Amino acid sequence: MAADALIEIRDVTKTYGSGETAVHALRGVSVRVQAGEYVAVMGSSGSGKSTLMNILGCLDVPSRGEYWLDGSNVARLTEDQQALVRGRKIGFIFQSFNLIPRTTAIANVELPLTYAHLRHAERRRRAARALELVGLSDRAEHRPNELSGGQQQRVAIARALATGPRILLADEPTGNLDAHSTDEVLSMFDQLNADGRTVVVITHERDVAARARRLIQVSDGRIVADEVTR
Amino acid sequence: MSPRDLFGAALRGLSANKLRSLLTVLGVSIGVGAVIVLVAVGNGSGKAVQARLEAMGTNLLTVSTTGGGGGFLRGQAGPSAQQYSLTLQDAAAIADKRLAPDVAAVAPVMTSSGTATSGDTSYTVNQVIGTTPEYLPATNTPVENGRSFTQQDVDTSQRVILLGQTAATELFGRPARAVGQTIKLGAVDFAVLGVLASKDSTGFFDPNATVIVPITTLRATQAGYGALNQIVVQAADKDRVDAAQAEVTQLLTARHQVPTDQTSPYRITNSAQILQTSQDTAKTFTALLATVAAISLVVGGIGVTNIMLVTVTERTREIGIRKALGARRRTILGQFLIEATLLSLIGGAVGVVAALVITRFQLAGIQPVLVPSSIALALGVSAAVGLFFGSMPAHRAAGLRPIDALRHE
Repeated sequence: MAADALIEIRDVTKTYGSGETAVHALRGVSVRVQAGEYVAVMGSSGSGKSTLMNILGCLDVPSRGEYWLDGSNVARLTEDQQALVRGRKIGFIFQSFNLIPRTTAIANVELPLTYAHLRHAERRRRAARALELVGLSDRAEHRPNELSGGQQQRVAIARALATGPRILLADEPTGNLDAHSTDEVLSMFDQLNADGRTVVVITHERDVAARARRLIQVSDGRIVADEVTR
Repeated sequence: MSPRDLFGAALRGLSANKLRSLLTVLGVSIGVGAVIVLVAVGNGSGKAVQARLEAMGTNLLTVSTTGGGGGFLRGQAGPSAQQYSLTLQDAAAIADKRLAPDVAAVAPVMTSSGTATSGDTSYTVNQVIGTTPEYLPATNTPVENGRSFTQQDVDTSQRVILLGQTAATELFGRPARAVGQTIKLGAVDFAVLGVLASKDSTGFFDPNATVIVPITTLRATQAGYGALNQIVVQAADKDRVDAAQAEVTQLLTARHQVPTDQTSPYRITNSAQILQTSQDTAKTFTALLATVAAISLVVGGIGVTNIMLVTVTERTREIGIRKALGARRRTILGQFLIEATLLSLIGGAVGVVAALVITRFQLAGIQPVLVPSSIALALGVSAAVGLFFGSMPAHRAAGLRPIDALRHE
């Protein structure tokens, strides 16, 4: 494999269940993503794009095929090693924000740093900087239910950035946001990518996908189009 | 994740549903409190019995005859019973320092019953004890008002009497007024020399209902010249009770020529043994109570499991998020184990405090006496309960696959 490929999946299939009722979510997918790319994965509901995202994010393992992330074969790692990879190399942004309830914004941002065994003072410092980056320093002590949807998603972005991961993996990041917040979040992605971060966005919205430089279209468990758009 | 972080996460988890956590804590605290209180009650009743027995005198041996050992079987009941009767000479022999060096004091005892009258008042005395002055110190029976009779009173068969508290109260209203009065026991006048101090009951007899007269007087006026009912022997020391018992046995066997192949016709009751027996009984009683209490502790523990299972189900999504953010299996396991252990430890602490308060009061007529080790044990067990009963839900949480947990609604 090429040394400069940050993500490389080769002929990955994912099947749920077995026999007659088996669902083939992915039927042989191969993708290479270089460091610094901004990729959008599009597809309709049930196309397999979420499964692809889960495999890319080490939340799920492929039934067959290989997944090389930053030079190591992720599919062979143990559960705990995968947790380590998630914590260090991948920042997740979810459609439903997935902040821990009843926990302040800054504590939410600190969480992945805690799991990475950083000291308390260092965690505070990094979390505060990440919140500053998304413009929410003044909301640090607010709980998720005291924040708007857009603010919650920005806290989630700060959390994803806190560990300084190489990849940002966003699953329908604007699905629950109004037009203004959507624009804010997407601008943030643009900026992060401009700073050299690899961004992978899963979406079914054309205007979200249009912000990316490369568009991969998934349908029925296969890649049907893969083109550089700008 | 540092212990402090785990602790903080666990505390936040518990405070998320305060009422539920509170009820679970209550379940555990009832269990822990019950263990401590019931063990204290058992201990307290044991202590009370012990105190009563010690009041009776711990280095006391009571010698009585069983009638004739194996004699009945050989058809020799008559002569055997007589042959083995306890006599004043036996008492004198036991009192001999050369024959029984571990014996401090000896008092022969004959008992009778009768009706005591003072003027118009009469009182049925269940136990008229005829003995010598040594009886009072040996059985730990001090004279409260007046004085005891002397050996000279015994030698000269003086018609003097000591009244128990109940007897004195029944006859004279107030015990103090009895001293110096004259009462009739049967047909004979007795001068009241003193009134005995009040004693706790050790058995079926009310020790305060007895009256004591010189043994010679009792023989002369009431009971005739039969055998002694008992010989009360006081050992020289608490540690020499067994030695004294052996000496008494040997002496009596020799004096009455008991064949070696025969079971001893003498029963020697050792107050230390009675104490031991009642302590064993108290221990059994305590163990029984503790078992009942332990069951409630287990029920409290099941409450912890139940609540933790609900919590894990409710927070499946949170677990998914944490795993996505890099939490390892053991981190999740630790978080939920600490939550469960905190629940039961807080419950344990509340239970200990409640028990400390409750045991200050009398329960069912028993003053509970705290056993410090039961507090440590109950706290330890409550922590163990949290770990044990929390481990199943915690393992379930830790074993969740991140993708399944994240999809959970």
